[in-house]
Amino acid sequence: MERTLLDFWVGLFVAAGLAALFALALKVSNADSFGGGAGYTVTASFDNIGGLKVRAPVKSAGVLVGRVSDIRFDNKTYNAVVTLRLDSKYQFPRDTSAAIMTSGLLGEQYLALEPGADERNLKQGDAIRITQSAVVLENLISQFLYNKASDASSSSPEDAQHPGAKP
Amino acid sequence: MKANVISRLGRTTLDSIGRLGVASRFLMMILTRSATSWRRFGLIVREIYSSGVLSLVIILVSGLFVGMVLGLQGYQTLETYGSAESLGVLVALSLVRELGPVVAALLFASRAGSAITAEVGLMKTTEQLQAMEMMAVDPIARIIAPRFWGGVISMPLLAAIFSITGIYGGYMIGVRLLGIDDGAFWSQMQSAVDFREDIVNGVIKSGVFGFAVTTIALFEGYDAVPTAEGISRATTRTVVTSSLAILALDFILTAFMFRG
Amino acid sequence: MPSDNLVEIRHVSFSYRNRSVLRDISLVIPRGKTIAIMGGSGCGKTTLLKLIGGQIRPSVGDVVVNGETVNRLDNASLYRLRRSMGMLFQFGALFTDLNVFENVAFQMREHTNLPEEMIRDLVLMKLDAVGLRGARSLMPYELSGGMARRAALARAIALDPMLMMYDEPFTGLDPISMGVIGKLIRRLNDALGLTSILVTHDIEESLKMVDYVYFISDGRIEAEGTPDEIRASTQPFVHQFVHGEEDGPVPFHYPAPAYAVDLGLPDRESR
Repeated sequence: MERTLLDFWVGLFVAAGLAALFALALKVSNADSFGGGAGYTVTASFDNIGGLKVRAPVKSAGVLVGRVSDIRFDNKTYNAVVTLRLDSKYQFPRDTSAAIMTSGLLGEQYLALEPGADERNLKQGDAIRITQSAVVLENLISQFLYNKASDASSSSPEDAQHPGAKP
Repeated sequence: MKANVISRLGRTTLDSIGRLGVASRFLMMILTRSATSWRRFGLIVREIYSSGVLSLVIILVSGLFVGMVLGLQGYQTLETYGSAESLGVLVALSLVRELGPVVAALLFASRAGSAITAEVGLMKTTEQLQAMEMMAVDPIARIIAPRFWGGVISMPLLAAIFSITGIYGGYMIGVRLLGIDDGAFWSQMQSAVDFREDIVNGVIKSGVFGFAVTTIALFEGYDAVPTAEGISRATTRTVVTSSLAILALDFILTAFMFRG
Repeated sequence: MPSDNLVEIRHVSFSYRNRSVLRDISLVIPRGKTIAIMGGSGCGKTTLLKLIGGQIRPSVGDVVVNGETVNRLDNASLYRLRRSMGMLFQFGALFTDLNVFENVAFQMREHTNLPEEMIRDLVLMKLDAVGLRGARSLMPYELSGGMARRAALARAIALDPMLMMYDEPFTGLDPISMGVIGKLIRRLNDALGLTSILVTHDIEESLKMVDYVYFISDGRIEAEGTPDEIRASTQPFVHQFVHGEEDGPVPFHYPAPAYAVDLGLPDRESR
């Protein structure tokens, strides 16, 4: 094969391969927002994180602003400590609160940030004070039933034992 | 009779361990004598052509079909749970993490790997390698090393092209044919696929596969019995051994990469 | 002052996987001569060439080429020595992915920094010497056996070696090509001041053109002499070889038990 033609094809192939890699990075994944470099981490502790996973999205006002980078159990406080990695484009006041929410009824869980009103912003290594744990469906149901039961008070407490009474 | 079976088993085991040792020494030789081929990059470009460019058609066609099948199957399952919009996630993650690197590497082994073995085996059989040695040119540096680097460079590019084509195939089926919302398809995919965890790991995988397949193919060719039958056996062994190596390596890499 | 002998093989033995191929062989190859090493198939002739080229090392003994002991050289010196050797392989061993021109130019491109124009001139000179100047752009698979052998010959002399080795140069050629190759070998040897070693079993063709002959059988030197001495020899082995007799010191039969026993007729004599 003619040398220059061969070079042309190889060049085309390498260009196509690199273009595919770029497309994977930019169009398929979220490399544009979190390539890994520009970001800062803050922590938040929760009584219960439910089904939150590492790499779950962190959203504020529904916008993706970061990801959960680490989850561990604190042996002193018996809380779950969640580390969030936030994009440095987004700054939040120090009294921002964090809550674990579920997208849709059965969807994945994510962490929602509700900005506060403090003058100063969260910095690398700060802890979010105000947190709201995940809603555990079982707790919710039993709480509901318990309330029902105490409303109906005197009559028959056994009703509460029947889940068939419809939540 | 029984002792015979056991002794044969023992001999086979010892033989394969010995071959592994020879193959490792061979790989070391390639790596230490690669300087020439990097200095004369034209040699590597030639090999990128024969292992990369010539594998492009099979990679494109297979990628498209694998993606379309994933689209069809995934849609039917996800539809049951009312979450057909997650089809993009399913297609992209399966391709980027597993199918892209693995299937592309299997195709690469049977297309380019077997060609490399046959070519090197033929050069050995027709005494071309010996002739080169007698001309004071090191065949490892001149013949083997450029093929090695050509394969190692081509493989990740082929895998990326495979994944992208597959995702496009899934998109055609899911969005164009079955009517999933265009925006939901891409946005769910983007929020679920992580660059470092999924894409980079996928590229690392395909790099490792390229390394393994090319080494096996070159070794089998260089080590082939110099007859027509020997070449055909070596070619078969290349495809079988590299397919097994790809699947085993994939398991090990997956266990390390996606534990979280 | 190097000796008059370009190659000296001193008491060399070589065995491969416990099978003894060469046993205590000594021979000398004087400068400027054309020497044939003959013997039946599988008698270790090709092994001898590989020893001289340093591709294998003898189990015992020394191989000396141009004053250097080949089997004691390190890789770099061996490669340096090989630049002054040319070898024609049995079927040419042309590089299948390069055309005739590039095959001949191969060593020049690998070992020298000559400008492209000079390489072109040199290649055309070499190709002209073997009569293939017009076939420069053909690929090896387009050549006939004789042409491939000649192209390979042009490649082997590309860097003007001092020693040429020919491994079975006549095998598989028609009589015309055979004569052409034989004359070429002789002419190149005299014109370029080479020393040539032919390994062959083609007695007729080689007796016409060589200065001296060594006969090898069963890993030993069985006979030696000039072509006239060989033709006149009464030694049984040489006689059998020269005249192509089917039975003699080299038996027709591979060692086997008596024919009758093999056929299951053990009691034939008693009947």
